[in-house]
Amino acid sequence: MDTLLEPLQYAFFQKGLLVAALSGALLGFIGVYIVLRGMSYIGHGLSHSIFGGFAASQLFIANFYILGAGLWGIGSALAITAVTKRSRLGADAAIGVITTASFALGVALFAKFGTSGPSFENALFGSILGISPTQIYGLIAVCVLTGAFVFFRYRALLFSTFDPDVAAVSGVNVARIEAMLMVVLSLAILATLTIIGVTLVAAMLVIPAVIARMLTDSFGRMLAYSTVIGLLSGLVGMYLSYYAGVPSGTMIVLVGAALFLVVLAFTGTRGLRRSAGLDAHTDASALAPIAR
Amino acid sequence: MTGIGEGPELIQLESVDAGYSHHPVLRDVHFHVHEDQFTGIVGPSGAGKTTLLRLLLGTLKPMRGRIAKTDGLRMAYVPQLETVSWNFPVTVRECVLMSRKSATQLPWASRAEKAEVAAVLERLGIADLAERHIRELSGGQQQRMFLARALLRQPQIMLLDEPTSGVDVSTRHDVLHLLADLHEDGVAIVLTTHDLNGIAAHLPHLVCVNKRIVASGTPQDVMNPEVLEQTFGARMEVLEHLGMRIVVEEGPHIDAKEGLA
Repeated sequence: MDTLLEPLQYAFFQKGLLVAALSGALLGFIGVYIVLRGMSYIGHGLSHSIFGGFAASQLFIANFYILGAGLWGIGSALAITAVTKRSRLGADAAIGVITTASFALGVALFAKFGTSGPSFENALFGSILGISPTQIYGLIAVCVLTGAFVFFRYRALLFSTFDPDVAAVSGVNVARIEAMLMVVLSLAILATLTIIGVTLVAAMLVIPAVIARMLTDSFGRMLAYSTVIGLLSGLVGMYLSYYAGVPSGTMIVLVGAALFLVVLAFTGTRGLRRSAGLDAHTDASALAPIAR
Repeated sequence: MTGIGEGPELIQLESVDAGYSHHPVLRDVHFHVHEDQFTGIVGPSGAGKTTLLRLLLGTLKPMRGRIAKTDGLRMAYVPQLETVSWNFPVTVRECVLMSRKSATQLPWASRAEKAEVAAVLERLGIADLAERHIRELSGGQQQRMFLARALLRQPQIMLLDEPTSGVDVSTRHDVLHLLADLHEDGVAIVLTTHDLNGIAAHLPHLVCVNKRIVASGTPQDVMNPEVLEQTFGARMEVLEHLGMRIVVEEGPHIDAKEGLA
């Protein structure tokens, strides 16, 4: 019990624990849609892209760098969607070009001018130090916004994830739902960036959702399980980070990976069969016109 | 109903060119869908059958020409079975419910919505499969589930892309009978098929497509060697059996002893 209570005497740990739990739950929740839509690579790319915005915004609009990074991330997300829909460039190539260029710009800006906000290493791998009340309020706001978006657009989101072509014919504005999802994803990445880290956010979008899929065939339960798994990974990862003295993001992701192995051991081939081909249907119909 | 299209028009395509990436697949298409129509679009692979279907659905914009639809037209689309991941985590009930726009904006189904889904599943004979995961269905059951999802929209017109592709003969018969019943109930049906004898010959109205509309009419009108050769690019014999046209391909003959002739 002392192991659990001892770190809680520190205000920075209390804030870190809250943010880690919320971050894990948020990424686990939104990750279900990302994984089922075959957008895992977009999550990975977006987090790197936002890093570029993070660095640039700190230079030019120091006091509002979160806003700048957010706009940069949303812009990148919408650019990726537009490029993959309107050009012959494949989704993976578009993401590769847009997001790695943005990431490289961020690295160059950090190297040349330094930063007035989080350090380079903290931005990459996450840190529980120096979490401001503004960041906590921002994260809570993004959690509420994401929950509201999924709650009020549940059926349209599900339909456009499962079968975008038929959803479009059935009156779902698939393009708008996709754009809104990308905006929510950008905000979720931005809000969790400082605690999880740029390089590890994508892992927390994917791991809880994949574990949840291995456990259930129900979409509703998958959403709930993935959220709880993300939350648990955040909580346990924070404690391990505190005691091991390593960046919080790495431990949160390692806890998620360990949970994956445990669930794999228990579910065996049944779990693997459920998670096989999670995104098999989405690429052609969702991202590019079909020439038939 | 005759099924050849005599009632009021639901969709009109006038002088339409359409394709992908600036390359037209279909040229100069004139095609009207009437509310009592039951039409099969036939043609070889790459002829533009799905493109024509997409134009009717409105998911593909024409490069040239005009498309007009009746205001507030309720359309339902049944895609090919292989276009979705059958490993997606939903049950039959959840999948069918997707097409029902929620009146309350709540994620869960209301009592009335549940009753609607139950009724449509009952009508299609898959009520006992409602709680099954979609992966556990046979090809025929998957097709019925898609039809149930389409029916829940109470459509005026239903468009189906190769609805009998990959299903066995018995299921093909079942699907055809279901579509005939829906047509009797007043739903216009337009489907694509490459199955001339199994599907096309049984339909009241056919449109033969090969980069353009080659011919349009009843099977008696269009299932003849000339039209089929223009459509499929190969010579075919047409036989008559019990008043129905049967197409026989003139392919190479393989002899057991002598090999390919």
